[in-house]
Amino acid sequence: MEDAGRAFACPATYHSSGCMRPEEWQSDKVFSGEMIALRKKRPGTSNSLTRAKRLWSPIFVGPVVAAFVIGFVWPFIQGIYLSFCQFRLIRDAEFIGFGNYLKALQDGSFRHAFWYTALFALVSLVLINVLAFAVAYALTQGIKGSNLFRTVFFMPNLIGGIVLGYIWSMIFDGILSRYGTSVLMETKYGFWGLIILVAWQQIGYMMIIYIAGLQAVPEDMLEAAKIDGASRWQTLWRVTIPNVMPSITICTFLGLTNGFKLFDQNLALTAGQPFLIQPDGSAIKTTEMLALNIFNTFYGSGAKSPGVAQAKAVLFFILVAGLGLLQLSYTRKKEVQQ
Amino acid sequence: MKQNTLSAERRRKTVLSVVLAAICIIYVLPVLAVVINSFKVNTFVKTDTFAIPTGEMWAGFANFLKGMTFGNYPFVKSVLYSILITVLSTFLILLFTSMAAWYIARVNSRVCRIIYYLCVFSMVVPFQMVMFTLSKTADTLHLNTPWTIPIVYLGFGAGLAIFMFVGFVKSIPLEIEEAAAVDGCGPMRTFFSVVLPMLKPTLISVGILEIMWVWNDYLLPYLVLDINEYRTIPIHIQYLKGSYGTVDLGATMALILLSIIPVIIFYLLCQKHIIKGVAAGAVKG
Repeated sequence: MEDAGRAFACPATYHSSGCMRPEEWQSDKVFSGEMIALRKKRPGTSNSLTRAKRLWSPIFVGPVVAAFVIGFVWPFIQGIYLSFCQFRLIRDAEFIGFGNYLKALQDGSFRHAFWYTALFALVSLVLINVLAFAVAYALTQGIKGSNLFRTVFFMPNLIGGIVLGYIWSMIFDGILSRYGTSVLMETKYGFWGLIILVAWQQIGYMMIIYIAGLQAVPEDMLEAAKIDGASRWQTLWRVTIPNVMPSITICTFLGLTNGFKLFDQNLALTAGQPFLIQPDGSAIKTTEMLALNIFNTFYGSGAKSPGVAQAKAVLFFILVAGLGLLQLSYTRKKEVQQ
Repeated sequence: MKQNTLSAERRRKTVLSVVLAAICIIYVLPVLAVVINSFKVNTFVKTDTFAIPTGEMWAGFANFLKGMTFGNYPFVKSVLYSILITVLSTFLILLFTSMAAWYIARVNSRVCRIIYYLCVFSMVVPFQMVMFTLSKTADTLHLNTPWTIPIVYLGFGAGLAIFMFVGFVKSIPLEIEEAAAVDGCGPMRTFFSVVLPMLKPTLISVGILEIMWVWNDYLLPYLVLDINEYRTIPIHIQYLKGSYGTVDLGATMALILLSIIPVIIFYLLCQKHIIKGVAAGAVKG
């Protein structure tokens, strides 16, 4: 659990306290006289060690760098480039400037997917976090069976998105077919169905992070609040919540990006149905989210402009990365400094 | 007075326990629905989804037998491919990223810092950004078989693993490695017999995260692999419902049950590690 906090804090504190340079390590230890004598020799040893290691770099770093270039760096750079190109096959790519981006932004289905996704991300974020916090709070009250409850609540998180989608589509259809309808027939069913699915999957996950945060709230602060006559509610708002702010940061960040990046569950539950036929003959898939919209622009039936799809993908990347960073810097200000 | 507040406290906890137990039961219901429907005759799955299969509804193991060859693809084959890809990818990722992370953490050169920050950056990039170009690159380099796709996983999944390993290596005192060097260990031996054993907790955390990711991943193998030849479990299940025509819901549920049983067993066996690993990887999600 502590790992979560540390791993998360690392990029920001890389240069400060989070990850110490190896040379700084001795500073917080008490060394005896002979150890200090050893220490003076250290720079030499350390350098030769480093030099020896450098010879080994092809073996240690080589495989990862090669795979990383194939699996991330090159596709990323090529993806940025192709978003400015018109092409059917990559080798025929022709540079056309911002044309693809204009087309992407004018695409009604993309705009619809954006607003639909934004609404979905917001609703799921609030719902999942409130419920996960409530469950975590209840589970840290020392009640009987806490471990069993925790095990059960976390379990759906291990089931893959595609499988989850089919499990829930069977359940929703089992209920809705009694009223002569289906999860595929109305946008609102598709929306709330997906919310229920994602809540079922992710509450347990967020709960784990909140439990770690709640267990780290200093006992003496809670004790002090009790002695001062604070009610349970006041203690929750004035002591507990400010102290779990780091967990809230992580969960908000995760909830938001998870909501925006959702794909498998969306594909398996509704795949964008029901469709709304536009006056110009094109169809808007009313429950299609951004990731699925990009996928369909690339590979859907009648897809003919991978350049536009790639431009959408770049916009999507900027959105997800930007939201995460913005949100992170905002909530970090609210964290309690210990 | 004190007696009163104590019993009120106890009553409050009992009420809480009961409420949570009720939510727990609701939580298990979807899995239960899969179990009962996998034994139900197809035509009743949609009309009597929540009924226990008895009498004419009871299909026995027929759904499971049918599911084995359902969708013109043997289910066993997709299970084997899923296992192969997951095991191989996780092994490659653990071995190579821990080696690279140790090197990056210990040799503080500019190149190492650039690699590190690129890895951190790659964690915020959604897959859709690179999926088109990545699948083309993988095709060109013939990484489109279950034996070679782990290289793609190593590349796209390196970010989180490197990030977690570097964070941990930095917390290991350098003295231990220096002692090994003084005793005549080269970098290779220092890493494998001194550093790697100390990395065990992070190896488990990263391993769990990678297993869960690769096992459940749909889009990457769908785009990279030749689907007619190689299907993983998620691809197979997507194909059952994705194909047109009538879908045998009973057989689909049987396959879904078969695919979540190992996951649940795995979870119950190493629950502690899984929860810890997942919490440690919270940064990616």
